[in-house]
Amino acid sequence: MSARARLKRSGGGRLVVLIPYLWLIAFFLVPFIIVAKISLSQTAMALPPYTPVLDLAGGWTGLKDFAARLTVDAYALIGSDELYLNSYLKSLEVAGVSTALLLLIGYPFAYGIARAPGGLQPLLVMLVVLPFWTSFLIRVYAWINILQRDGLLNDVLMALHVVNAPVAWLSSDTAIYIGVVYSYLPFMVLPLYATLEKIDGSLLEAAADLGCPRWKAFWRVTLPLSWPGVAAGALLCFIPITGEFVIPDLLGGSNSLMIGQTLWTEFFSNRDWPVASAIAVTLLALLLIPILIYERLQKRAIGEVS
Amino acid sequence: MGEITAPLVRFDGVSKRFGTLTAIDRLSLDIGHGEFFALLGPSGCGKTTLLRMLAGFEAPSEGRILLSGEDVSTLPPHRRPVNMMFQSYALFPHLDVAKNVGFGLRQEKIGRREIAERVEAMLALVRLQGYGRRRVDQLSGGQKQRVALARALIKRPSVLLLDEPLAALDKKLRAETQFELMELQRKLGTSFVIVTHDQDEAMTVADRIAVMDHGRVAQVGKPAEVYERPASRWVADFIGEVTLLEGRFSAPGVMQTMIGQLRVSDPSVALGATVWLGLRPEKIDIGSERPADDINAVAGTLHEVGYRGDMSIFKVRLGDRSLMKVTVANTAHGRRGFAAGDVVWLSWPADAGVVLTQ
Repeated sequence: MSARARLKRSGGGRLVVLIPYLWLIAFFLVPFIIVAKISLSQTAMALPPYTPVLDLAGGWTGLKDFAARLTVDAYALIGSDELYLNSYLKSLEVAGVSTALLLLIGYPFAYGIARAPGGLQPLLVMLVVLPFWTSFLIRVYAWINILQRDGLLNDVLMALHVVNAPVAWLSSDTAIYIGVVYSYLPFMVLPLYATLEKIDGSLLEAAADLGCPRWKAFWRVTLPLSWPGVAAGALLCFIPITGEFVIPDLLGGSNSLMIGQTLWTEFFSNRDWPVASAIAVTLLALLLIPILIYERLQKRAIGEVS
Repeated sequence: MGEITAPLVRFDGVSKRFGTLTAIDRLSLDIGHGEFFALLGPSGCGKTTLLRMLAGFEAPSEGRILLSGEDVSTLPPHRRPVNMMFQSYALFPHLDVAKNVGFGLRQEKIGRREIAERVEAMLALVRLQGYGRRRVDQLSGGQKQRVALARALIKRPSVLLLDEPLAALDKKLRAETQFELMELQRKLGTSFVIVTHDQDEAMTVADRIAVMDHGRVAQVGKPAEVYERPASRWVADFIGEVTLLEGRFSAPGVMQTMIGQLRVSDPSVALGATVWLGLRPEKIDIGSERPADDINAVAGTLHEVGYRGDMSIFKVRLGDRSLMKVTVANTAHGRRGFAAGDVVWLSWPADAGVVLTQ
């Protein structure tokens, strides 16, 4: 019997396997069911601010009565008002463009670290992670300072005579992209570095030996072998950026909102919990698509290996 | 002939230093057309560095490397007409067998159909027909080795470099593959340069061997020359087993040693200088009584007996407490029934040993 099988049989082993499931049930599945339930309700001037409210004291008939009063009105509203569709599209656009930018910046970044002398690599990885030691919120606030009218960026650009008058960086899409790319860069660099660092150097020597100049060896060996890192990094950035709230709220303008901002408005300003919940459920459904594609690609890769 | 043709490969006073470490020390060496040449030596002797310099992965610190008379010292690896088979095989995990083998051809302006044909022919040569669509991680060690070989040969290099090509195979497969390599080399006529630390392997496959030590060539020669006429005690000891007896010649053909006066037929040795007699274990005879006709005979006590099936190994303690190793082929059943502690006589003819001056 293998060690793994032995671990599975014993009670302790079973518990270890259960922990992630229990975690997911308690902190993902149950909250999700609650949110999904609220999304099928209607607003009410009450506490909580929606109806129907599930009351198990009513017994079977109470439960049937509750189910009968659920509606899809909130979803109908999301579908009918362009505001929501535009928010979703805006989010996907910001997430897509940011992920592309992150790849363009993060790949050479990770490649440079992976090709650095072995002793230097841990230090460089540490430097990538170092910003996490400061609160995320404070770092985004710092960008307000840098990007504002009389901020650091304009000072530098004017001192260098690149521009003659201050540029309005803040409250624009540019500011959102700067903030997002800055904040998410470690999430792109780390998985890319992990795959690039594992690539056997003798493969590149073999490519050179068989007639590839350096750039061609990169194109035909390094890049294809780093796809798993590219996929992981892109997913790790794209999904949270789609739901991003803090960065667009602090750095972005008010003309077009990302879905996270719209959700916040519905929840806190309009106190429309059902619509806010419906937005969240729809967003989750939307984000499942890239995750499922990734899963599928990975499964195929594993299937080909075994 | 008249005209002097350049050797295929010439190392001309080549040195390679890594920081303060000298890996190759002013080494000169010629390798001929169609030769199966072995670089043999203990780990750290510089043999792999030498091969990597020929492939173009390392640049010599000084000296020149000539390929068919042309200086290639500074040519990058992708522009050299040599190909290498890596010790780790270095097969591309994201490509199938056919794409791995055809990789080198895709870098040139060669049509898809011709690539496919040459890949097919190459796979047939290494007996892997029908494996083109397999992924490389579905292959056994021996199959991977053959894919690596096919990939390195498909561009028809002027020299094929093999870096410990059989080290990852088990003993039996290794022995078979050695003969396959020799057959392949004869069939193609390509020069093969193999790096190995395994002296049996080098002796089996190579036309000539360069025995390397500390970045220098200790001796170059045919396997039999290197074995029978080693240039130094170090070479004699590195290639095969040897017992070294220190002494000096008191008269032509007469050598004085710690175990007595020996008859040695080596006319070229100066009298009086300290020399060593190297005796290979298979050239010594062992018996329970003093042989009547042999010139050199010494008595000793059998210290250890090793039975290896095809032969037996005897370690005999001599009068001066030194050990002499003797091997005897087990040609008949139940012969040579010696046991540890027995008194035995060792004997050899005057021309059995080799006199070493350094």
